[in-house]
Amino acid sequence: MMRSMIEVEVTKVKQITDVIREFTLSPMTGSLPGFSSGSHIQLHLPTSVRVLKKAYSLLSDPADTSSYRIAVRLQEHSKGGSRFMHERLSEGDHLHITPPANLFAPNSFARHHLMIAGGIGITPFLSYLAEFQRQSKSYELHYAYRGGVTDAYVTDLRQAFSAKLHTYDSNLEQRLDLDQLLSNQPVGTHVYVCGPERLRLAVQEAATKNAWSPSRIHWEAFAGAEPGQAFQVELARLNKTLEVSADESLLEALEASGVEIPNLCRGGVCGQCVTTYLEGEVEHRDAFLSQADQSQQLMPCVSRGRCGSRLVLDL
Amino acid sequence: MSVVFNPIESYRDDFTFRNTSKAIKRFPFPFPEDQYMYSVNIEPALKGEAGSVFEHWFDIDEHYLSEVAERAKVLEKDPDRCLVMPHMECAAWDSLALLMTHLARDYPEWFELYQSGDQWVWVNHALNLRQAFTYGDSETLPCEPLEYITRQVQGDFAILDQRDNNLWMDAGMVTGPADWSIKFDAGMNFTQWHAPVPMAHKMGVFDRALKYLMNIQVDRPVRRLNWTMTVNPRLDTSSETYHEWGHERSLVTPDNVAQMVHLRVELQFLARLPRSHALMFSIRTYLIRLDELATQPEWACRLHRVLRELPDELADYKGLSQYRAMVVDWLKSYDPAERPCCAE
Repeated sequence: MMRSMIEVEVTKVKQITDVIREFTLSPMTGSLPGFSSGSHIQLHLPTSVRVLKKAYSLLSDPADTSSYRIAVRLQEHSKGGSRFMHERLSEGDHLHITPPANLFAPNSFARHHLMIAGGIGITPFLSYLAEFQRQSKSYELHYAYRGGVTDAYVTDLRQAFSAKLHTYDSNLEQRLDLDQLLSNQPVGTHVYVCGPERLRLAVQEAATKNAWSPSRIHWEAFAGAEPGQAFQVELARLNKTLEVSADESLLEALEASGVEIPNLCRGGVCGQCVTTYLEGEVEHRDAFLSQADQSQQLMPCVSRGRCGSRLVLDL
Repeated sequence: MSVVFNPIESYRDDFTFRNTSKAIKRFPFPFPEDQYMYSVNIEPALKGEAGSVFEHWFDIDEHYLSEVAERAKVLEKDPDRCLVMPHMECAAWDSLALLMTHLARDYPEWFELYQSGDQWVWVNHALNLRQAFTYGDSETLPCEPLEYITRQVQGDFAILDQRDNNLWMDAGMVTGPADWSIKFDAGMNFTQWHAPVPMAHKMGVFDRALKYLMNIQVDRPVRRLNWTMTVNPRLDTSSETYHEWGHERSLVTPDNVAQMVHLRVELQFLARLPRSHALMFSIRTYLIRLDELATQPEWACRLHRVLRELPDELADYKGLSQYRAMVVDWLKSYDPAERPCCAE
């Protein structure tokens, strides 16, 4: 998995609000891979304890691949990710990131795009706005925040998109009435929500109540931190024990120790690398095995032993 | 190593298409085993050996000029073989950028690209073209961007929009399909356009493949090989020209089978288009005459076994049933019977 990582330099750090910081990430040479609105990248943060993997939306204009910009809110109960970003990361530092992936792309068939952001959830919509404006799409943005704390970019947005921007400052007791908003949309509208979990649930509830079909409701998702947690595996017939690190798949660990397993897609669909296991709890991530088969077999290209459980393979 | 182009050959009428021994050696022979059955045979498209068809994302070979000329002929009769739905405009530009960037990098002796912001200059020495244009502004090109670039590349292209948990065939340039039609499949989703394929649905092949394809990420393309057979080296076996080629299956005789029948292999390559999040599905077709193939006896041996054992349903779907027995018969002499073939 490390083969696809990109090394970048933090070329600019900008305090946006008391709790939100923006980071500009630039390539060591040339330009970065292109991306689409709604894309995210994963940062590998070398904290003192271990390498943390954190996903952040790209907020820059997709037309510009000279650098990526992300914004990070300092979380009160941070396990290290946002705290590291705020307190340790500074201009000139080098980091590894994954290429962009997108699980939150605008729907190309939407007649109208309705964006609902809560606080730091504004970030993916900044990349939406750049494309929507360029392509003359129909859109509106509803942005809820706490003034002076989580109101990132609100001044810029007012200047650039005032006619399409609706803001709700909780300090001023301004409330977004989702039921009214979603009961009053033209046919063919798609709604996108990004922000706290309770905002997403409220949007889903209001949309369902107003008979929106699920295919018109979108919320931001990040690809899981792959591969995952480190675990140990025993090879029963070879009488060997291997450590599988957080950065590699079980298949990669087997290959590295000289165990040849037939494989092709390396993505859990072709079925080539199917392996029988004798003991242990498995985190199945494949799309090949039936549930019944998963009780005895696993696909080592994507699936892993659960942390702390003793996984024994019939190898 | 520079690619050298053959003088223009024809894929119709007098069928002058031939492979040199160099092209035969790099032919992507598709059978890893003595039997063939559907599977999700997709793999990461890692850079292949120098000179092989897997070396670059978009393979340019000795037939370049001939294929470009053939595409122009098809489009002259039937301009709708290239289609771009209005919501695919960004994906069309994305495709142009991806193709130009890779061609200029991989074949600098034939293609050059100069970019300064949105001011681009494209040079194609093979066709003697030089085009300055503004990226994103169709008015500055002689035609629509997907058509402009794919008129200068070998292989067909379907550009798939990704939405509603599916892939939709909403743009493409398809002038050499193996018995399908872009006009018929336009606007269909992945499940719909694969509906005619026998057996594979029950095996769950398409559901698994779809999940995998929707996960393809920027700069992490995948590929697979597919195959069928074609009578005469005819690239355009589209559904709408069936009346021109369908009857040729009945012209195969034991005497002409080795010169008439061709193994047709598609190198299918799928890449994420970074800016639009659409998927580029390129289908690069390689044709090889039976007697050309038999210059590699291990291929002839393996093809003999694959065709002999092929389920009837599959042979019918691929349109081989009328002449399969003659091909098997002709290939028999290359099969040392009981020993397994060693073709790779």
